Amino acid sequence: MRYPSLSLALLLLWLAGPALAAIEVYDFSDPALETRYYQLIEILRCPKCQNQNIKDSNAPLSADLRGRVHEMLEAGHSDSEIVEALVDRYGTFITYRPPLNALTLLLWFGPLLGVLLAGFLVARWIRHNQRQTPVEALTEAERQRLAVVLGNDEDLSR
Amino acid sequence: MSPGLKLSLLLGAPVVGFFVLLGFLAAGLGRDPSLLPSALLDRPLPGFQEPGLLDIDPVTPADLTGQVSLLNVWATWCPPCREEMPYLVALAESGVTIHGLAYKDDAGAVRQWLDHYGNPFRTLMNDADGSLGLDLGVYGAPETFLLDAEGVIRYRHVGIIDPRVWEEDFLPRIRALEEEPS
Amino acid sequence: MLAEIGHLALILALCLAAVQAVVPLWGAAVNDARLMAVARPAAAAQFGFLLISFVALALCFVNNDFTVAYVAQNSNTALPVWYRISAVWGGHEGSLLLWVLMIAGWGLAVALASRTLPLEMLARVLGVMGLISLGFLAFTQFTSNPFERLLPFYPVNGRDLNPLLQDVGLIFHPPMLYMGYVGFSVAFAFVVAALLSGRLDSAWARWSRPWTTAAWCFLTLGISLGSFWAYYELGWGGWWFWDPVENASFMPWLAGTALMHSLAATEKRGVFRAWTVLLAISAFSLSILGTFLVRSGVLTSVHAFASDPERGLFILALLAVVTGSALLLLLFRAHTIRSTGRFELASRETFLLWNNLLLVGACAVVFVGTLFPLAVDILGFGKLSVGPPYFNTLFAPLTIILLAFLGVGPLLRWKRHDLKGLLRTLAPLAVLAMVAGFVLPYWFTGSVPLLVGLSVALSLWVGFTALYDIADKLRNKRNKLRGLAGLSRSYWGMTLGHLGLAVMVVGVAVTSYYSVERDVRMALNEPLDVGPYQFELLRLRDYQGPNYTSTQGIIRVSNPAEGFETLVRPAKRMYTVQQMPMTEVALMPSLIQEIYVAMGEPLDDGSWAVRVHYKPFVRWLWLGSLIMALGGFIAIMDPRYRTERVRRVVDARAGDADVAGA
Repeated sequence: MRYPSLSLALLLLWLAGPALAAIEVYDFSDPALETRYYQLIEILRCPKCQNQNIKDSNAPLSADLRGRVHEMLEAGHSDSEIVEALVDRYGTFITYRPPLNALTLLLWFGPLLGVLLAGFLVARWIRHNQRQTPVEALTEAERQRLAVVLGNDEDLSR
Repeated sequence: MSPGLKLSLLLGAPVVGFFVLLGFLAAGLGRDPSLLPSALLDRPLPGFQEPGLLDIDPVTPADLTGQVSLLNVWATWCPPCREEMPYLVALAESGVTIHGLAYKDDAGAVRQWLDHYGNPFRTLMNDADGSLGLDLGVYGAPETFLLDAEGVIRYRHVGIIDPRVWEEDFLPRIRALEEEPS
Repeated sequence: MLAEIGHLALILALCLAAVQAVVPLWGAAVNDARLMAVARPAAAAQFGFLLISFVALALCFVNNDFTVAYVAQNSNTALPVWYRISAVWGGHEGSLLLWVLMIAGWGLAVALASRTLPLEMLARVLGVMGLISLGFLAFTQFTSNPFERLLPFYPVNGRDLNPLLQDVGLIFHPPMLYMGYVGFSVAFAFVVAALLSGRLDSAWARWSRPWTTAAWCFLTLGISLGSFWAYYELGWGGWWFWDPVENASFMPWLAGTALMHSLAATEKRGVFRAWTVLLAISAFSLSILGTFLVRSGVLTSVHAFASDPERGLFILALLAVVTGSALLLLLFRAHTIRSTGRFELASRETFLLWNNLLLVGACAVVFVGTLFPLAVDILGFGKLSVGPPYFNTLFAPLTIILLAFLGVGPLLRWKRHDLKGLLRTLAPLAVLAMVAGFVLPYWFTGSVPLLVGLSVALSLWVGFTALYDIADKLRNKRNKLRGLAGLSRSYWGMTLGHLGLAVMVVGVAVTSYYSVERDVRMALNEPLDVGPYQFELLRLRDYQGPNYTSTQGIIRVSNPAEGFETLVRPAKRMYTVQQMPMTEVALMPSLIQEIYVAMGEPLDDGSWAVRVHYKPFVRWLWLGSLIMALGGFIAIMDPRYRTERVRRVVDARAGDADVAGA
């Protein structure tokens, strides 16, 4: 790896194991804030874990981030303000919801538009095909084989 | 166009797409997907007022201006920082201005450490709860920020600084900054 | 000695794979029956040696032979023996050995079960499988040898298996998953063999179908097991995270489902030939891509094996060769593919096309979402994360539309159907489903988000139309029960498969919106409420396991309104060798109202932080996928795939069964 010291540093900070949920108890002045808290910590990514949100990560940094989210919720910020504040410090990496901008247009709209476009083209192709494809006549040999087959096997559609 | 040719053309698309995919995957090998660039590049330091460990007055961003300098985020509980310390001391002795941020550390342990290794830091802050680290976008000690004379963050290196990192990543940037008209 | 035997067997298998690859394919090219006949014994011998190799490695684990590096990294004398055996596939090298064993296993199965297959076809199929085997065996032997020794300095004891893997889930999840991944290589081999021979007829489609369905069943079970395991083992109450490794298994599944359906049309009506070929190539290619993503370190994931760019390069080369050559072969033989048969817009064929479109669209969503961050990073646009918010948002409309079409598609006839008339007949069912879909959740919970209502409504729609179709088929039968028995296994398989999906979607919708979760502070004998339930920590118990210490909490869960009470026992373990804490989740399992309790940390005042979940209908998820897999297995048992001897029974039934059906 290019940065052996980096991986060592990160490894050491990522100590206690991947997916053990770290649980601390925060008090919220309003149950609605608590609901928002859980939603937010689910979409915020731990910057140094192996793909975990800060809810499930027991890294100390995640604990700090959870604390910051709690702080900002109690201070009255909106969800988007909180996410933006963290993006401001850690970059777009920290949110699991990719932003909607020129770069991510393909990401957000590509697949579904592709399906719609393909659906439209397929429908057109079916209708076109219907008009076009001639039914090929059977040769005499094939007709005879068909008679034999029909005589022995009644079930054609299986 | 014969149906066969049409089909061939249509099938050509996935083939091309496949080789493009291979290209991306090959390019991805050997990269470290967990390496994050700093979100604070070319932006000034966030406002803060941290207790100082070397003198009584709290440290503010103004104290980190005046010349091109390094801000080293480290901790005594971080073994790679131990590796890095002697080189930092050497750099400081050769005239590089290094400011330190003790990240989520114990003041007593920090002082013991400095007694043992020497003190490369012009100023040293104590970020006991990690909130300044969070504001700086720190995600793994040690990290070192390169600041210009106005205290704007120009570069961040994650990991220890050794001679190779210094030569390849820091020196060229420092020289470029020093040549800039202020 | 055992490790050397295992290693030798591996090398012999490698040689045999080379023989199996080269000789039959050459024989097919020059039409030499003797050369072609080498295929079967080569496949059998390759499997035999790989079995020896695998058993040898397992015995090394059981005997605690820490001179073998792989054993030292993944085992420990304190590890219970059944985990020592499953540790064989707990790490990269051993799991690869399992992988190649399975390729050989499927190859042997094809060799044994294909009596009616023409020798030329069999030779080519086994030849292609031999090539694939050769590639992966080379990968194992040259970069990931599980039999490497640590002599002369070897550890007295091993590093122990990762505690997360010390669970019954590990015993079954990877084998099932690999059976699925590797099983798609059979469909791939059939396609390549057919392309090589220049004969892509309905016979190829018919032979491929049971193998594809079998692989699909295993993959369904494997993914489902993984999800269930994550749920009860990891302590976060979730069952799917859209992690790159999870997506790596989901993509072949989606492609495989599309393939299964497309093969039906290609077999019965000779349509979509080129598309089916492309899908067959894609399904297995996605399996290899999955292997690449998991083992190369290109993407970050909790599931990833220790990543190694060198190994990644080898797999990438494998992918390039396997898929690249298949695609190029397809391109060159495209002119020989001719789809016959016309059909109207309102027909079973068209609806199968919509099915495929939606499934491939879903696969594209997963594909793009998983690889977009990598592309953005390589192109220099910074770092992006794509996770559950993206995938869930895009999957919702696709699922809705898929379910809507699923209510109609299976009822349609081939070629042409009076769709308007059918929709008129089904309209009351649609209305009933829509109303029930919104009313039922509202009645029980007091709130119905739009997506939940739609999901339940459409799942009911699928169920109702399935029942309607069965009733319709039995309409003219005097003896309904006998009529039911007369419906083909293929038909039952299809129906169960679709019903399973509907059940699963209900589970997903309800549990996603109605789950309640709280992190609470639990002190001894202080009851508190979460949702409709009351929780009280009665006492804490410390005890010692084979390779861990544990603190167990005994918690009483009660619902005073219903007079219901039970005890759950979550625990917090510390695995002594790796010094890793783990939470043992306590479940109060229920089809309707599941409770999930995980111990967190002891707090300063002697109380514990505990995570409590209320997860209604979560089991429907896995129940649904079990039903789907069951459907698949039943479909494979359809006598049509058997040999001539059974034909007479089939013909006798044909008189009763509905001609327009499955």
